[in-house]
Amino acid sequence: MWDGIYLDYAATTPVDQRVLEAMLPYFRETFGNPSSIHRWGQKSEAAVEQARNKIAQLMGCSASEILFTSCGSESDNFALRGVAYHALKSRGARHILIPPVEHHAVLRTAQDLAENHGFDLEYLPIDPFGSVSAEDLESRIRSDTAIVSIMYANNEIGTINPIQELAAICRAKNVPFHTDAVQAASQLSIDVKSLDVDLMSIGAHKFYGPKGVGALYVRSGVDLLSIQTGGSQEAALRAGTHNVPLIVGMAKALEITVMDREVFNQHYQHLRDQIFSFVQRHIPDVHISGHPQMRLPNHASFVFKGIDGNQLLIALDIAGIGCSSGSACKTGNPEPSDVLKAIGIEDEWALGSLRVTVGRQTTQGDIDTFLEVLPDIILKLRRTHG
Amino acid sequence: MGDQRIIAIAMSGGVDSSVAASLLVEQGEKVIGLMLRLWSDPNQPNRCCSPHDMTIARQVASQLDIPFYTLDAQEVFKHHVVDYFIEGYSQGITPNPCIECNRHIRWNFLYQNALALGATHLATGHYARIAFSDNHYHLLRAIDHHKDQSYVLHMMDQDRLAHAIFPLGHLSKSEVRRRARLRSLPVADRQDSQDLCFIGYLDYHHFLLEHRAPISPPGPIVDIDGNRLGTHKGLAAYTIGQRKGIGVSKPYPLYVIQKEPSRNALLVGSKEQLGRDTFMVDQIHWIDGSEPDQHIQVQVQVRYKSPEIVSEVKLIESEKVFVRLESPLPDVTPGQFAVFYNGEECLGGGVILL
Repeated sequence: MWDGIYLDYAATTPVDQRVLEAMLPYFRETFGNPSSIHRWGQKSEAAVEQARNKIAQLMGCSASEILFTSCGSESDNFALRGVAYHALKSRGARHILIPPVEHHAVLRTAQDLAENHGFDLEYLPIDPFGSVSAEDLESRIRSDTAIVSIMYANNEIGTINPIQELAAICRAKNVPFHTDAVQAASQLSIDVKSLDVDLMSIGAHKFYGPKGVGALYVRSGVDLLSIQTGGSQEAALRAGTHNVPLIVGMAKALEITVMDREVFNQHYQHLRDQIFSFVQRHIPDVHISGHPQMRLPNHASFVFKGIDGNQLLIALDIAGIGCSSGSACKTGNPEPSDVLKAIGIEDEWALGSLRVTVGRQTTQGDIDTFLEVLPDIILKLRRTHG
Repeated sequence: MGDQRIIAIAMSGGVDSSVAASLLVEQGEKVIGLMLRLWSDPNQPNRCCSPHDMTIARQVASQLDIPFYTLDAQEVFKHHVVDYFIEGYSQGITPNPCIECNRHIRWNFLYQNALALGATHLATGHYARIAFSDNHYHLLRAIDHHKDQSYVLHMMDQDRLAHAIFPLGHLSKSEVRRRARLRSLPVADRQDSQDLCFIGYLDYHHFLLEHRAPISPPGPIVDIDGNRLGTHKGLAAYTIGQRKGIGVSKPYPLYVIQKEPSRNALLVGSKEQLGRDTFMVDQIHWIDGSEPDQHIQVQVQVRYKSPEIVSEVKLIESEKVFVRLESPLPDVTPGQFAVFYNGEECLGGGVILL
C-alpha cells in the first residue's frame, strides 16, 4: 500500500546483492571462530585476513594498518580515545582540536574526553560552509596537541574538507591526524597514502555494505591504547570475536564502491544538480546549506525559512518520499542542529532543514516525482504555520 | 498521492485509539498514525504521552504496518489547556481542560497539521458518530451511551465533521477490548486514561499549589443563613455538589452549594438546598453553524457524565442563552459546559455562567 522513493542514502544504503552473496557462506557453512586453532577456525580466519588485505589494498595501506570495528562511530571513538589516552600517558598531551561541526561520534567523544578525562578541547574555526582552512589549523596546533580530528565530508551539509592539505600540516608538526570518512567513503578517494592521514574511520553500511561493521585505518607508527579489553583480537587493540560475515561483506562492498566510483558519482551528481537548480528556481526563501560545489556528489541540503523540518519530513514521507533533516529526532521536539547553528544559520531557517541524498538505485523518475511534490508541500506547511 | 483518502489517526497508546486505527486498516484505508507530545509538569510524566505510551503506540503502528509520527504540541497545550486550567481555578470557576484540549489541540492544532502534512481526514478514538443528511453533518451520541463522548466534541463545526472519522462510534467498550485482544494489540488490558493527563500523579489541588496558581486563600465556610461553620482550604479545592471532605459536620449531610469568589466563601447546605434549575450559558457554539429559533425544547447535559435533562432554551443574544431545566440539577457549575441534545444529536454547547 505504501510504495515510496528513498532519498536518504546518506543515512544508510541497502546491501548490494553481490555483497549479500559474499556474506552468506559465513553464517552457516564457514562459521568457526577465527581465533580457534582448528580447521573451522582457520577457514574463518583466512576470510577475515583476506578481507583485511582487500580493504588495505583499496585504501592504499598495509593489512596490519586496518582494524575492524562494529561501526563508524566505534572507529571514531577508538581513534580519538585510543590516541588521546596514549598521548596523555606518553607525553602528557591534553589538547584536542576538532571543528564544531563534526558528527556526534567525534563531537560527543571529544566533549566527553574534555569533561570527564582531563583533556582540553578546542574548536577550530569554520567558514560558513563548515570547512576548516589550513591556516586556521596551523595557527592552533600546539606542542601538546594530542590529536586533530577533522571530518572528510560533512554528513549533514555535504561540505568536503581539504583533507590532504590539513593532514600535511599535522604531519609537519608531528601531531596525529584523524579523519572521519564515514560519509565520504562511498564517493571520495580513501587512499590514505596520498591523503597522508594517520587515522581514518569508515562504516560499511554507508557504501552498500552491512550495518554493524566498520574499520579504522591506523598508520603504522601511530600509537593508541585499547578501548575495548578482553581477547587479543586485532593486535590486542580491540577485543571481541570477529564478525566474519560482516567483515567479508564490508570488503566486498568497498571493492565495488572503489571500482565503480566514477560511474556512480556521475550518476549522483547529475541527479543532485537537478535538485539544486529546481529548488532554487521554484521555491522562495530557501538556501543551500554547506558548500555549493565542494560537496559530496550525491548530497543536496537546504534550509527553508519558516518550516518545521520534522513536519517537512513527515509530509514527504506521507507523499511517499524518504528524506532526512539535520538532526534525527523522532520524538517531536524541534531543536535546530548543532551543525547549522555552528555555521551561523538563524533558528528561523535552521529548523527547516532538509537533506536529500541520492544513491545507486535512484532514477530520473524518482527525482522528477520528488520535485513535483516538494513545492506544494512547502507551500502547504508554510500556509498552516505562517 | 493524487486523490486517494489518507486518514491520520490520533494515537495515544491506549486501547481506544489503537483499535480505531486497526479498524481503519481493516477497512482498507490508507492510514497514518500521529501522536502529540503534550506538556507535562517537569517533575511529573504526562499520563497520556509518556515515553512508555509512545513506545506502545509505535508498537501498535508497526503491528498494523502504518507509518507513525510524533508532533510537538507542548507549547500550544501549555498555553490553551494548562494555563486555562490554572486561570479558571484562579477565577473561582471549575474549568474543563478536556474540552479545551479537544477544541485547541486535537481539533485545531492536530487537525490543521494532519491536513497540512497530506492527510485528507483525521480520525480519533472518540465514542461518537457522524451522520450526513439535509446537506449538513450531524454529531450523534455513540451507540454505547455509557462511553459516549459527544459532550467533549460539541465544539466541532461543519468543516471539521466533514473531515473527521470516529471508528468506535458504533462499538461498545467491551467490544473494543475484545477486538484489541483478538488482534493481539499490546493495549488490550491497558486501563482507560482518567482525570487530567498533565498533572501526572498529583491531585489537581496540589498541582495548582505547585504551579503557584493565584487561587483563593482559605476562607469561611458558611450556610445559607450566613452562619460561619468553619474554614475552607481555598475555593479551588471544592466542586459544586461535593459531599465528602468538606470538613464540617452537621446532623445531616452537607453539600457544596456554591462558591462565592467575591467574598471568598464556600456556601454549604443540605441536599434540598443543593441544585438549581435556571442558569445562563455563554460562548455557545452550534454545530450546524446557525443560531436556533428564539425558544427551543432540548435536552441539556451539564457535566461529561451527568444525565441529560429536558430543558427550555431561550436565545438572549448571539452565543448566549437562558436555560430552564425541567427539574433542578445538583451540580450546575460555572466554568463547566452545558451541551445541548436533540435526541441522539448533539446540537452544540457553551460555558455555564454564575
